[in-house]
Amino acid sequence: MPSHTHPFEPALRHALLLAEWAGLRHSSETTTQRCVRNDRPEQNQSCLEQGVMCEVLVDGHFGYAATADLSLAGLQRAFDRAATTTRATTAHKVHGFTAAQRPQANGRYQSQRQTALDQTSLADMTDCLLAASRAMQGSDLLVNRSASAMLVQTDIEYLTSSGSHTRQHFDLVDLTLSATAAQGLESQTRTWSRTGQLGGEVFHRDTLVQQAHQVAQEALALLQADNCPSGRMDLILMPDQMMLQIHESIGHPLELDRILGDERNYAGWSFVKPQDFGTLQYGSELMNVSFDPTREHEFASYEFDDGGHRASKQLLIEHGVLQRGLGSLESQSRSGLPGVANFRSASWNRAPIDRMANVNLEPGSATLDELIAQVEHGVLMRSNRSWSIDDYRNKFQFGCELGQMIENGKLGKLVRNPNYRGVTVDFWNRLAGVGRDATLHGSPYCGKGEPSQVIRVGHASPPCLFRDVEVFGGQA
Amino acid sequence: MSTHDFTSRVHPLFDRLCADLLGQLAPGEELTINLNAEETLFVRFNGNRVRQNTDVQQLSLSLRLQSQGRTVEKSRTLSGNFETDQVAMTSLLARCRDEAAVLPIDPHQVPIQNHGSSSETFRGALLAPEQVVAAVVRPAQGCDLAGLYAGGTVIRGNQNSQGQSHWFATETFFLDYSLYNGPQAAKGNYAGTHWHDDEWTANLARTKTLLQLLSKPQQNVPPGAYRSYLAPGALSDLIGMMGWNALSAAAWKQGRSPFKKLAEKDLSLSPLLSVDENFGLGLTPRFNALGEVSATTLPLIQRGELANLLVSSRTAKEYSLQANGAADGEAPRALDVHPGTLAQSDILRELGTGLFLSNLHYLNWSDPVSARVTGMTRYACFWVEGGEIVGPIKDLRWDESLYSALGSKLMALTADAEIDPAVDTYYQRALGGSRTPGALIDGFTFTL
Repeated sequence: MPSHTHPFEPALRHALLLAEWAGLRHSSETTTQRCVRNDRPEQNQSCLEQGVMCEVLVDGHFGYAATADLSLAGLQRAFDRAATTTRATTAHKVHGFTAAQRPQANGRYQSQRQTALDQTSLADMTDCLLAASRAMQGSDLLVNRSASAMLVQTDIEYLTSSGSHTRQHFDLVDLTLSATAAQGLESQTRTWSRTGQLGGEVFHRDTLVQQAHQVAQEALALLQADNCPSGRMDLILMPDQMMLQIHESIGHPLELDRILGDERNYAGWSFVKPQDFGTLQYGSELMNVSFDPTREHEFASYEFDDGGHRASKQLLIEHGVLQRGLGSLESQSRSGLPGVANFRSASWNRAPIDRMANVNLEPGSATLDELIAQVEHGVLMRSNRSWSIDDYRNKFQFGCELGQMIENGKLGKLVRNPNYRGVTVDFWNRLAGVGRDATLHGSPYCGKGEPSQVIRVGHASPPCLFRDVEVFGGQA
Repeated sequence: MSTHDFTSRVHPLFDRLCADLLGQLAPGEELTINLNAEETLFVRFNGNRVRQNTDVQQLSLSLRLQSQGRTVEKSRTLSGNFETDQVAMTSLLARCRDEAAVLPIDPHQVPIQNHGSSSETFRGALLAPEQVVAAVVRPAQGCDLAGLYAGGTVIRGNQNSQGQSHWFATETFFLDYSLYNGPQAAKGNYAGTHWHDDEWTANLARTKTLLQLLSKPQQNVPPGAYRSYLAPGALSDLIGMMGWNALSAAAWKQGRSPFKKLAEKDLSLSPLLSVDENFGLGLTPRFNALGEVSATTLPLIQRGELANLLVSSRTAKEYSLQANGAADGEAPRALDVHPGTLAQSDILRELGTGLFLSNLHYLNWSDPVSARVTGMTRYACFWVEGGEIVGPIKDLRWDESLYSALGSKLMALTADAEIDPAVDTYYQRALGGSRTPGALIDGFTFTL
């Protein structure tokens, strides 16, 4: 038990009458959406999600019940429900767990930011978004210009009957500018986003206006551009597309709960087998990939996962060889494989499962110009627009907003509708150059699980060069 | 607490909170209130054993305040205790007012009106929480079953300051599952309002039969164009892409609709294809978040031509269109594809040589302007020769425009259609779904 008196302690004591171990996670999250479209307010919305997930360990099986009734009677009822269902389940449990999968944890975490989100005035935010929308004016072809911000403030407090007590506070921002240019039956969209553990400092008017202007000009330029050519060629992916490439073809297949088959009925299984750890040449020797929830400002940083496991940076792939999976203490116990602290839930009403958090490609030494100089015939792609991959995470097809041809080591004309496809391990073994300058990206919308959960993920990557990839464009 | 108790507790709570909040409005203020609530037991299975069981009770109330031309929306979780929630919601209303005082005028604001009242409560007979696991796993002994059981009450409520009032409560369950034989898998779904052990056993037996077909030698099919039969589940996946901006009037006006060429009559789909929004399927309430009630049936595509886009009141105001009860996102809630004439017994013969696809996976627009979609095959998919199933295939990637697959390449639709209930559980259990026949398509393009 926590040494100090806490209002949730009596509920935990009640739970110990029903279970070998009990935990309680209180989550309070306010998500605010602000959007200006074509210089007019489009959305001003906020949502407070608040409740408690009560967790019990009964005969080696963890079971859960969620309630938003925070009174002692409400929490006791939730623990009763969790214990009743779990007791009826233990004969059919997938694995025998112990309290060792819930290590003792004590500590605090606070997102690094300059200005707390609740200290940022609505008037200033609205003014910035309006200015960005106006900066995308300039042509009647720009039929849709939007500037939007999602601001999230999350408090998670975790207490257990074995004495764990952690508090974590997150300030999160996902800021997006988008311009769509249309002419006749053709249209093209460009976006820019800044996503991370940040504060009100992101509402910097001059920066947003400059980015908005560039986004609009690129949408107009794409409208006049040729379709991306088809054929095999070299490919440079910029960090805002590398994010998606890492997420889909490294993050998900390395999740141990997928490898263990939990996810088979929903997102799918994995081509990675338990025996691949320590042996599989996942990519070229230039490939070093880390799980790093300790990185400041990255979207999915934290100190503890939702099972109280303290988070630390771990290499998943080293010089191209698979070393470690993305699996919690539960998945590590089931599989006997090395994992990380990634037992995470989307909200108060969902049980934690294995999630990828921050998965990053470690920087190399090349400048972008040096990567481009290595390409005789190829294309550079920016900003994801389309994503699809099979349920084993092998065959993927991704599309980007903007392409730029590379001929004889120099950047050339813009091309629109650039796409590429490949197979995961073959593709990563085509990695021929890793840039030195990594940037942070992230997404609030990684979907997984039954019941389903959307969760935040972060990905840091430099630009990367891949040799001889199948590239194609849109229909003429 | 039984599911009946949940409904009878939440309904008066909702009415009291609405009365309290609406009573607090000042002159010139209008308010719409929406309730989303559910009591659900989720049980996740892997290897016919339980991975996680989660019992969830959640209630969320949202406010849309319209004042002096400004619009503010706020929502929060409710505790279920009136006194606690009354204080919290009063505070939320105050914060709506504070923001409305700062925001610019919303020129596309839709005036709040009374769109009528309705009340529907559908009782079911669900398993008690402690009965679920045994009932599911007993008939599946020996099977490698993975999936999710979700059962309980789902509630939607709506009231506004013009006297409008809607209530919808339903007690349902689904067991969305797949059976595995090594890497081969077959998909099944048992859903309804009344659990019957014999229905579950029969449902499972059908999926086992499908799985047995997968034990035939695997066929290596190279990329290319093949005549393909999309079973109702696969066509439901493909038609579902119409909910990704294609049928949205706002997306069309804003250059984001993949059906722009259809809307502007540059291209058409097959005359065999007619699609409605059909609330007569009973899968979801007809009222939206503004309390507007859709027509029972709204034709969307008639004989390959666009009949209607989904138009929300906000879009209608901005672009001077006629609203048709669409929700804010203008995504379909109950798509119904008209059946054709192909008999079930003739499917393999008409397919001849090609691919039989039970399910598709991970669809996305690959070129929105040309309505081109990419995705994968998944679950029970077979190579067929001379009208006979030869064996399962390795998963294939496909990339095809809807203007082709549901246009010139569409050969036939089956005479029988199947309901595909929504099994989404992001944030909350979804309502809705679709009804689709199977589709025979010539030269469907596989790329990887």
